[in-house]
Parts: sequence; structure tokens; C-alpha cells
Amino acid sequence: MNVLVIDTSAAPLSIALLNEHAVLAETLINSKKNHSIQAMPAIESMLQSVDLSPKDLTRIVVAKGPGSYTGVRIGVTLAKTLAWTLSIPLVAVSSLAALTGPGRYFNGFVCPVFNARRGQAYTGLYTYKNQELVQVKEDMNGLMEDWLDELIELDEKILFTGQDAAVFREQIEAKLGDQAVFASLAENMPRAAELGLIGMQMEPGHVHDVVPNYIRMAEAETKWLEQQKKADSHEG
Amino acid sequence: MTNQTLILGIETSCDETASSVVRGGTEILSNIVSSQIESHKRFGGVVPEIASRHHVEQVTIVVEEALKQAELTIEDIDAIAVTEGPGLVGALLIGVNAAKAIAFAHSKPLIGVHHIAGHIYANRLCKEMTFPLVSLVVSGGHTELVLMKEHGSYEVIGETRDDAAGEAYDKVARTLGLPYPGGPHIDRLAQEGKPVIKLPRAWLEEGSFDFSFSGLKSSVINTLHNAEQRGEQLDAKDLAASFQESVIDVLVTKTERAVSQFGAKQLLVAGGVAANKGLRDRLNETFNDRADIELVIPPLSLCTDNAAMIAAAGTISYEQGKRSDYTLNGNPGLELR
Ligand SMILES: [Zn+2]
Repeated sequence: MNVLVIDTSAAPLSIALLNEHAVLAETLINSKKNHSIQAMPAIESMLQSVDLSPKDLTRIVVAKGPGSYTGVRIGVTLAKTLAWTLSIPLVAVSSLAALTGPGRYFNGFVCPVFNARRGQAYTGLYTYKNQELVQVKEDMNGLMEDWLDELIELDEKILFTGQDAAVFREQIEAKLGDQAVFASLAENMPRAAELGLIGMQMEPGHVHDVVPNYIRMAEAETKWLEQQKKADSHEG
Repeated sequence: MTNQTLILGIETSCDETASSVVRGGTEILSNIVSSQIESHKRFGGVVPEIASRHHVEQVTIVVEEALKQAELTIEDIDAIAVTEGPGLVGALLIGVNAAKAIAFAHSKPLIGVHHIAGHIYANRLCKEMTFPLVSLVVSGGHTELVLMKEHGSYEVIGETRDDAAGEAYDKVARTLGLPYPGGPHIDRLAQEGKPVIKLPRAWLEEGSFDFSFSGLKSSVINTLHNAEQRGEQLDAKDLAASFQESVIDVLVTKTERAVSQFGAKQLLVAGGVAANKGLRDRLNETFNDRADIELVIPPLSLCTDNAAMIAAAGTISYEQGKRSDYTLNGNPGLELR
């Protein structure tokens, strides 16, 4: 098994190549450079460096979101096109799961965080049971304030991960106090290898049907639906 | 020997997800277009984020269908050609990254194509090109006169300084309360009306091949408002006919001048507005009886966005040894050169 993993859902570019026995290569580039320019050359050079050709790949795993709409689409487009054209299985995993690795040896919950601006976050709640990742609360998009109100009900420590956790750090500490723990700078990076481990265990989807998980509707659509509702209530 | 080059084309610059296989730059083996127009109609125009979402859902399906209908596998293909710009950046990215993935997976050459070069090369799928030629490109996003002295060389001799012709059509249609996209509705109304309302024509400086349609658009809106204030009801058909005549007068007059000045042997019409009946009729009247110039207007399916045109333009780049590398990116402001 040679699994190529692609995560372009946030600012860092994270790709990996692994099999059942080893992580063969992992690349992490945390720059402001455009994923559309950087991802394909990075994949090419990573494969070359371990003497594999695209035809040696047996599975693709991709971060399907949430995250930057454009970023997620670049990864999903590369992944699904590669999987389709190489006729190999494709597995789409939550981008937040790529940030859960530091929670493997943590006694409590893991809460990966992406900044969604205006006080909002993309986040979810995970935990490890016998080394296996379990989702506790669905990935969501909403106000961090509301999310913290939910978390405070939990009677366990929570490890916040992801670069963007820093954006909310004061707010989190004010609310959760000692209950909140923060991962280190190094462990806050998305790890494609972690996604790969998860994706290796999952049942592949039908390639054409794999789509990003934006969580949010497009803004134009939200507005349009609101207008429809208004129009309906006026008629009714 | 006939040219057997097989190019797979991909186009996602706006609201059509399209893929096609073209042989020898002239023969369409398949031409698949998945249109999103129904999805955008409710918004009264193309919403970039929604367009991008549709593209990522459709792209592999459309490419698969293009190969299937051509009865080929990817191994048979010589190169992948994809629209790199201009267009909506988020939409372009889908085609570009899909094309990169296919090229990489099978070690095939990758060729970035300019969308307007594609529109022009749609003509080669109907008729072999003879140089020098002038192409009139009119679409929702473009109004340009392009001079070509040989394959793969483009000189923009005139372009719009504000709205594209198609944009002006859509805006005037909206003012008249017509649904999106408005162009075909105006064209239909214009056939029934008479150009009796006085509207301006923007000729710009002497000798210029540039266009400007925003003044005309404002003039239509003002004419409507003034009539309303006087309590008069303007005939929408006459207004449509008058607007259309103004647009066509400028387009055709400037085109005629360009054709003479550059001694063009062919006039190629390109872009979605080439479907406009008023424009087609006038071009036919003006150029059909002339022995010195050949007028080519592709069928409607090749005038609107499609990937066969991208594959056709890509064929020339391929033959001229032009290649893109894996840093190819969507470029919304790409210049035609
Ligand atoms: Zn176009």
C-alpha cells in the first residue's frame, strides 16, 4: 500500500506518503504561498525523493474541509482527479482530524480550531480511545463563545490544537481556565501523516461523489434563502 | 499525412464545466459541457463561489465522459490543455488543478491556454484558418478585435474600455425587467421592434479600434427613466432594437475597418454574443458578398464556453513546443499574447 495524503485546507501545505509500516515522506510548508502553485510540484518532488511514480500509488487520502473554501477545493480537486485517473480508491477525511495527533497521549478531549473570522471558528471535538480517534462532537462552524459554553459542561481537560487556537487563547482561558490546555508550536501544525493513518482505516467513497465539506453554505445562497423565507411569510 | 495529435481540453473559467477531445486541432471527437446556468439564474448572475463548488463536483465526471465519448483512454492522449485565464479565479483553479493531476499521473505534457485564444480557435473546428485574419470576440466578459498573422500569435488591436458587449446586454435586460441571461431576450425583442429611439454610438478617437458600452447602457437607462417621469410608456421592443442597433453599428463598423486596414483574409467571429441573430445578420450582409474576405461564424455550441476550443488552441501550442509546468495557476487577468 502506498498512500498519498493531501491537505491544503488551511494556510500550511501538508502532504505525506505512507504505507502500513512506515511514513515514507512528509512535507510541511507553512508559507503564504498559493497552494495551487505549490501543491503539485511538492507532490512530484516528494514522490521522486522516495523513488515512487504516480502509478505506484494505491490510495489517496484528502482533507475535505472545513477550512478555506479555495484551499479545500484545490486539495479535493487534485486528490479526486488523481484517484480517478489512476483508478485507485479515494478517502476524504475531516481537515480538523489532521490536528488531533497531539491528543493521542492526552487524557481528555482534543479540540482542533480553525479561525473562521468575526469571532467564529471551525471546530469539533475528538478523543482517543485505545489509540483510536473517536469523534465526540461533529465538526461545526459557529461563534467560539457559544462553542465554549458547550465545552464548559464537559468535566474533562481539553487540548486545543491548531495555529489558530492562539487567536482565541485569551477567550478560551477566560472561560475554561485550567480545563484548557494548549499544544506547542510544532504540534499545532496539520499532519498529513495523521490523516493518512485515519484514511487507511476508512472505507473509500465513490470518486465522483467526493466533495468538500464546507459546513457553511455560500453567502449568496444563505441570502437567497432568507429572501425566499421573507417572501413566503409575506404571502402567508 | 493528416495530423493525428490528440488533445484533451478542460475549461472551467466561468459557469460551464467542460471537457473535450480534439484530433489534429480540427476534429471534435467529444465535447462535453455541464452548464450551471440553472443554478445561477436565481441570483441574476454568476456567483463565483457557487460556480467553484459546481466545478469541483463535476470536473472528473465531465472529463471521464469526454474520454468515453471519444472512445479513448488517457494513454492515447498526447497532451492536456486547460484554460489558465482570464476568468473567475476560483473557477479556473479547479480546471487547472485537475489538468495538472492528470498530466502528472500519466507523464503527459500540460498546456495552459488563454480563454480568448480558445474562443478564436473554435473557428478552426469549422474552417481552416488563413492569415492574416481578424477575429471579433464578443462575450459576456469580452469585446476584442484580435489580429493574427500566424498560428499561435495574437495581437489585440482593440478592446473594451469599460463594459463588455455581453455585460451591457445583461444590464439593459435587467433594466427592462428581463430574466438572466438577458442577451437572448434583447435579441428576440429587437427582431420584433424598430430602432426608432435615438441612442449614442461610442466611436472614441479617430482610428481607435477600442470599444465602450457603458455610455450606451446609461443612455438606455436614462431614456427609460425620462419616459417614466413623463408618464409615457416606451415600447420595450423598440428600445431593444435601438440598443442592439447601436451595439452592432459600432462592432461591425470597427471590424470592417480593421479587416481593411490589416488586409485580413478571414474574419472569425468568436464568443457567446456571436449567437446574437442581429449581429450575425449584419455581419452576413456586410461581408458575405465580398470576394476578398471569408466570414466564419461557428455554430452556437462552439461560440459559448466549451473545451473543444481550448483543445484546438492547445493543439497549436503543443505543436509549437509550448509547455506549462506544475506551477501553472489560474490567472484571472491573463493577457492574450
Ligand atoms: Zn468565454
